[in-house]
Amino acid sequence: MARKVLQVIATAYRCNVEEQDDPIVWITHAMKGAGADLAVLLRGNAVNYAVKAQDASGLSFGERAQTQPPRIAEDLAKLGGKGVDVFFVEDDAALRGIEPNELIEGARAVSRAALPKLLAGYDQIWHW
Amino acid sequence: MATPTTEKKTLTFALMDAPYENERTVTALRLIDIAARRGYNLTVFAYEGAVSLAFAKQAPHANAVHGRDAAQEDHPMPRDWIAAVLAVAEKNGGKIDWINCGLCVDERGVGEAIPGTRRGSPADLWKAAEASDNTLVIGTR
Repeated sequence: MARKVLQVIATAYRCNVEEQDDPIVWITHAMKGAGADLAVLLRGNAVNYAVKAQDASGLSFGERAQTQPPRIAEDLAKLGGKGVDVFFVEDDAALRGIEPNELIEGARAVSRAALPKLLAGYDQIWHW
Repeated sequence: MATPTTEKKTLTFALMDAPYENERTVTALRLIDIAARRGYNLTVFAYEGAVSLAFAKQAPHANAVHGRDAAQEDHPMPRDWIAAVLAVAEKNGGKIDWINCGLCVDERGVGEAIPGTRRGSPADLWKAAEASDNTLVIGTR
């Protein structure tokens, strides 16, 4: 039976502009395509990944403009469309003044107090 | 104190940090070295900047601040450390499948990796993780 792995993303906005995505969201897509049974938990600063209104477009150096900026909230929403559950720690969102209605559809709130129960539902936790 | 297990384990590591940036990779290699000495079968998936760890063109240099020439400085090269843990694994009856994320390699132009390592994809990471007793990911912070 396939293992269930929870991908915990805590470090946000690392190499996103250069990669035009988040590398852990990206590798989750790639491994899901290879048959992996995965879910994602956003915690700490990474809760901001689920904010719909973020916009990283407009970067240019000299005449070199970035045409495909990262669209991390969209990438997360697409994970949901592939059957990957996306959770966020609601306490971390609240601390940052992020309201639930600012987040992508399908992102599921989990309190810090409920984390042990959530984590217990997975065979492995990969904390990136 | 717990007695070290003699059971042969299969472990997967995912590394993400580039060389010469922090101590996480050294810590990872310490763990890999211990597992290799026990003859475990290991997979290491080098992701993002970690693909440069096995880059064959890393070059030692002299260090004027230390007052040493290149030979005296004997500068550690991550590629040499990797070669060493590969050798330790083989000597102890285990093996290390060191996989460099191919797209990450291309982005960085570090396709010339040391012998004993290979190019792969996230599918290889998942395959290894499924076949392993456990997986440790060490992400960039």
